[in-house]
Amino acid sequence: MNLEEYKGVFIYAQQVDNEINNISFELLGKAKELAETLNEKVTAVLIGSGVKDLAGQLAQYGADRVIVVDDPELKEYRTEPYTHALASVINEFKPEIMLVGATAIGRDLGPRVSARVATGLTADCTSLDIGDFPLNAIPGKEQKHNQLLMTRPAFGGNTIATIACPDNRPQMATVRPGVMQKIDPIADAQAEVVEFNPGFTPDNKYVEILEIVKEVSDVADIADAKILVSGGRGVGSAENFKLLDDLAEAIGGTVSCSRAVVDNGWKPKELQVGQTGKTVRPNVYFAIGISGAIQHTAGMEESDLIIAINKDENAPIFDVADYGIVGDLNKIVPELTAKIKAAKADK
Amino acid sequence: MNIVVCIKQVPDTAGGVKFKPDGTLDRGAMLTIMNPDDKAGLEAALRLKDQYEGTTVTVVTMGLPKAEDVLIEAIAMGADKGILVTDRRLGGADTWATSSTIAAAIRNLDYDLIITGRQAIDGDTAQVGPQISEHLDIPVISYAQDIKVEGDSVIVNRQYEDRHHMLKAKMPCLVTALSELNDPRYMTPGKIFDAIDNKDEYITVWGRDDLKDLDDANIGLAGSPTKIAKASDKVKKGAGEKVALDTAEESVDYIMDKLLTKHII
Repeated sequence: MNLEEYKGVFIYAQQVDNEINNISFELLGKAKELAETLNEKVTAVLIGSGVKDLAGQLAQYGADRVIVVDDPELKEYRTEPYTHALASVINEFKPEIMLVGATAIGRDLGPRVSARVATGLTADCTSLDIGDFPLNAIPGKEQKHNQLLMTRPAFGGNTIATIACPDNRPQMATVRPGVMQKIDPIADAQAEVVEFNPGFTPDNKYVEILEIVKEVSDVADIADAKILVSGGRGVGSAENFKLLDDLAEAIGGTVSCSRAVVDNGWKPKELQVGQTGKTVRPNVYFAIGISGAIQHTAGMEESDLIIAINKDENAPIFDVADYGIVGDLNKIVPELTAKIKAAKADK
Repeated sequence: MNIVVCIKQVPDTAGGVKFKPDGTLDRGAMLTIMNPDDKAGLEAALRLKDQYEGTTVTVVTMGLPKAEDVLIEAIAMGADKGILVTDRRLGGADTWATSSTIAAAIRNLDYDLIITGRQAIDGDTAQVGPQISEHLDIPVISYAQDIKVEGDSVIVNRQYEDRHHMLKAKMPCLVTALSELNDPRYMTPGKIFDAIDNKDEYITVWGRDDLKDLDDANIGLAGSPTKIAKASDKVKKGAGEKVALDTAEESVDYIMDKLLTKHII
């Protein structure tokens, strides 16, 4: 593998039902930053059927070039034709860096593609930088510059590792949704559009889709919320979440929850924050009756302001909270709601 | 039908993580368990065995010699035999080297269906299953919430964030299982004693030289494309203020003051 042949920062522009997913814009934001450091260009790889028209949106969010693989076999996500598409793009266009969202699609596509093109893949990254590997020069060992340094949590969020892929290309990572920042769209941005079709021949690996069942959800996406009112086991019951619903309504926020709440059946899984739920970084995060296990804090500690209410003064949530209040949520929350309503009415 | 289930022995990160006085993770003090997604995959295989006469379930693990414990557990749950892949030369493997190694072990076996967990709770990568399938050049269905067999095919309910797909794939095929798939059965006392007493009959140990079509360039630490630049225990964000006020009213005033001065309301 001649590493010098591999140039540019590529992202997999995930779309479902011909709508680009938010993660694609987040990846573009990060890719633009990495490409500027490397003095390279950003390429989005758009795979689907009848998706060419979506290229303009990718340009607005930072793509200099969009490679479109458009084929009827790609109408719905299936592992094999999508793997063939992305692996063929990598072999043809030779990216230095290939970023994929750590979604239920990306965490299937990424490993399969990385194995096909024989490179490393770092999963669920929360931070990406350009730097040296090894980080510090070691006598007698070559120190490579301009390497992608991929940082990710492991051991359920208890440890954090920074990983490099110095001898293989592309350097591949899947990236956790909700962590990278997208840029403000540039309305008149243009990208070069390149169409590429490697040919698709169905075989046994093309699994058959018998049925697609969409889960209709009227639940707000907590990853987009500016203010989250999040409850844990301490809330006590599904009914008692009414206190949090009221607070959220008063302050203009959205209710979310910890894993215990989902396990107890009090709230749906879509509202779960944490390692096995969603990563959120709202302006304000209320942690109410949440003890703050590391699996939870891993998903919310990047919030701008964290306010915790818990009756246990030793709850670990206080270690990440900007403001911690030891007290009874059943008394504090309704009164807080009333005060916020009054304050807003005065304005 | 021959089912191969890949399982991993992992530290129990959910059930109380232990730290050394210097703040690093004390792995020696942590209990090990069978990885939860893998256990659900094993249970799914055992249910197929219950349903289809003549089905054999072989569990495969790669790890230190003590990983034998999870094979014994699997056999006590009802698996027919276990394969322990262990060799110093295989140590320090990333997902590429691990999947290359396990794929080589599976090439030694007859298989129609391979089941792995979606991900292990220590690494959380979800990569090894799909990568094994790629090395074996067979279809993969990840994130299975339900697995059924129909003739020479599997029918799998595949979970996504906002939907699920019912997928049909011809065997041989690899499926990665979610722990939500089922509630794994308990070991039975009779089978526990049997598994321990007769473990040499049930468990086969393979070293590197027993593995087929495996290039030395693809194994162990040296054969891993990804390299750890730095590993550390998570630096905790500094705690802010914590107050314990006498009344709820004072607590509310405290919060209101912060919300107003930060222009949140």
